[in-house]
Amino acid sequence: MTAAATPAPGTNPDGSPRVHYLNAAYGLKSWLLTRDHKRIALLYLVSVSVFFALGGLMAVLIRMELVTPAGDLFQPDIYNRLFTMHGVLMIFFFLIPGIPAVLGNFLIPLMIGAKDLAFPRINLLSWYLYSIGGAFTLWALLHGGVDTGWTFYTPLSTNYVTTSVITVGVGIFIAGFSSILTGLNFVVTIHRMRAPGLTWFRLPLFVWSHYATALIQILGTPVVAIAILLVAAERTLHVGVFDPKLGGDPVLFQHLFWFYSHPAVYIMILPSMGVVSELIATFARKPIFGYKFVAFASIGIAVLGFLVWGHHMFVAGQSIYAGVVFSVLSMLVAVPSAIKVFNWTATLYKGSISWDTPMLYALGFIGLFTIGGLTGVMLATLGIDAHVHDTYFIIAHFHYIMVGGAIMGYLGGLHFWWPKITGRLYPAFWSRLSALVIFIGFNVTFFPQFILGYLGMPRRYHSYPPEFQVLNVMSSAGATILGLGYLMPLVYFIWSMRYGPKAPANPWGATGLEWQTTSPPPVENFKTQPVVTAPPYTYPAPTPSPGVALGD
Amino acid sequence: MATEAHGTLAHHFDSLEQQKDSAVLGMWTFLVTEILFFGGLFAAYGLYRSLYPEVFRAASHTLSIQLGTFNTVVLIASSLTMALAVRGGQTGKGKLSALFLVLTLILGSTFLVVKGFEYHEKFVEHHVPGATFHFEGPDAVHAQLFFSLYFLMTGLHALHMVVGIALVAYVAKRAAGGAYTPENHNFLEGTGLYWHFVDLVWIFLFPLLYLIGRH
Repeated sequence: MTAAATPAPGTNPDGSPRVHYLNAAYGLKSWLLTRDHKRIALLYLVSVSVFFALGGLMAVLIRMELVTPAGDLFQPDIYNRLFTMHGVLMIFFFLIPGIPAVLGNFLIPLMIGAKDLAFPRINLLSWYLYSIGGAFTLWALLHGGVDTGWTFYTPLSTNYVTTSVITVGVGIFIAGFSSILTGLNFVVTIHRMRAPGLTWFRLPLFVWSHYATALIQILGTPVVAIAILLVAAERTLHVGVFDPKLGGDPVLFQHLFWFYSHPAVYIMILPSMGVVSELIATFARKPIFGYKFVAFASIGIAVLGFLVWGHHMFVAGQSIYAGVVFSVLSMLVAVPSAIKVFNWTATLYKGSISWDTPMLYALGFIGLFTIGGLTGVMLATLGIDAHVHDTYFIIAHFHYIMVGGAIMGYLGGLHFWWPKITGRLYPAFWSRLSALVIFIGFNVTFFPQFILGYLGMPRRYHSYPPEFQVLNVMSSAGATILGLGYLMPLVYFIWSMRYGPKAPANPWGATGLEWQTTSPPPVENFKTQPVVTAPPYTYPAPTPSPGVALGD
Repeated sequence: MATEAHGTLAHHFDSLEQQKDSAVLGMWTFLVTEILFFGGLFAAYGLYRSLYPEVFRAASHTLSIQLGTFNTVVLIASSLTMALAVRGGQTGKGKLSALFLVLTLILGSTFLVVKGFEYHEKFVEHHVPGATFHFEGPDAVHAQLFFSLYFLMTGLHALHMVVGIALVAYVAKRAAGGAYTPENHNFLEGTGLYWHFVDLVWIFLFPLLYLIGRH
């Protein structure tokens, strides 16, 4: 942060000193009490990166344990805590806030030509709630963590374990309200703060996908909040809503939990899809094929996402008729998802494609998301799910969506808008290499897990039969490559904040209001109120600013 | 919700109208999340009510319908005074608005006091779930489940009432000080929406917990 703020400010064309949001004020207070959506986005960037690193550390330890068939590195109960905390940190503290709170926060006001989000103080409050929730979780981690799995299934979580279930539950509960407030802010902002002339069908697809995401955050998160509250009440007051001994039903917890936690997968992937739509259009230099279909596909995914939670409970004692309905509905999610993939592909067709780093991430996203999505259709099939339920097939499937999909999109977006956010360029060679290393490392890590799962290796065990070792060693080797890939952007992004060449306003020659203001943007985002007169993605657009191919 | 709605126009809005629209839409959106929050408990109640109708009916009969009805009337009256208080804000009559807010405050507190007496009655009758729970009749386990849900749902509602009363007290003080104008009384309006919502939750709780199955 400070590295980005220290360089001497440049000057505007008229000679006046150039003041932007980074150098407008200095000192810790100017960050911790800021109401500027751009600074809050950077606060989030730092926080989610810390949680990503911690969650990643857990993954490293898990993969180390699984190199050998015997459980020789950790005791089983330590291993249980490792995969639980890996899931909790990655899902609730990295993937869910990730793109919306960092890129969405920074970009939505810029993309719609507004000065800020509708409720700047609530935006800051949401970061504090996130931090307090994170503090609870870290405190619990230091006191032994939780060993129930990130799903907190009852009655294990309510009656049997002695770990910090309530502390982590409180952390997730509070962080959930941070997510709700972010979604609320986005919905109101997108409805009420659009620039003159910016009709709904002139909005960038990034904004559409964040609108759909916000709907899920608003409608889903309160339900998991009440489910967590009930788990805490069961543990402390023994109320028994989920306890068969007291007349309750543990499957009810699974219903309430997945009513949020399945749509939560779309909280993670929809913003990523929004990023990819921007990247594909920019680097193919073509308008998105079937803009309205892609826009409504986001809403379609959000709506269908609320109707499929039962596919997590095919073998949990749910009625077979409910299973059939949930199976069919789950397959329907493939329709809007496929619309997006086909339309991105059609956009590429006869496009003038350039292979800049963000585009490499976007193309990686399309491939990995397709594999993750198609295996999802397999899992929606009752017969196959009964076979591979709770195996590594599931692990591989959702990592293809949440790591291959969501994180590729997140990194692609960070690389795309980094010059706008920091006003600096990063090295082209190293960043392209990072995209390649991450893509390879990811596939080597997770593709063997599909095979392992299909052969019958169950998830959440710290030892396994010897015949699974080769594939597990492959997976762990891939994880090493993947980890190195993730370290590279960390290094060159930090480097670029101090040493990177200054970025022009529009380094990629992209359309979109955010590229029409300076890099980094001024505090009030635009010197004059922008007026929109055309639909988005009016490519071919201005060529990239001269001398800006990011160092090459 | 609409903390930045105090005073005049915040820096990032173009007009007071846009600011007001945003504040009101924000509050409505927040209330949607509240509906989903209570929705989880309503779903649990609906499920168990349909699974164990007999014992739920028997347990429901032990609740005091007189106190419940009284409290329902009190809350509906408080919604009226709250609506009049918001009207006072819209027409720029700060003192009148403050008066109605104080009335709302009194009615809301009355509700909580009566609720306290009801809870006390449950303690005396050993209808509070836990080691001392006792219920005459078959299937005491599921009767206890009814009372668990009763305390969770009315308790969460009462918690929302406490927050509402604190908000109303704050808004009353500001209204008396003339803080709300016909152009900008967003915080007052947001508090009003919240109050009506909490009232409405009770309008659903009352028949579900007290009335269904009584002939």
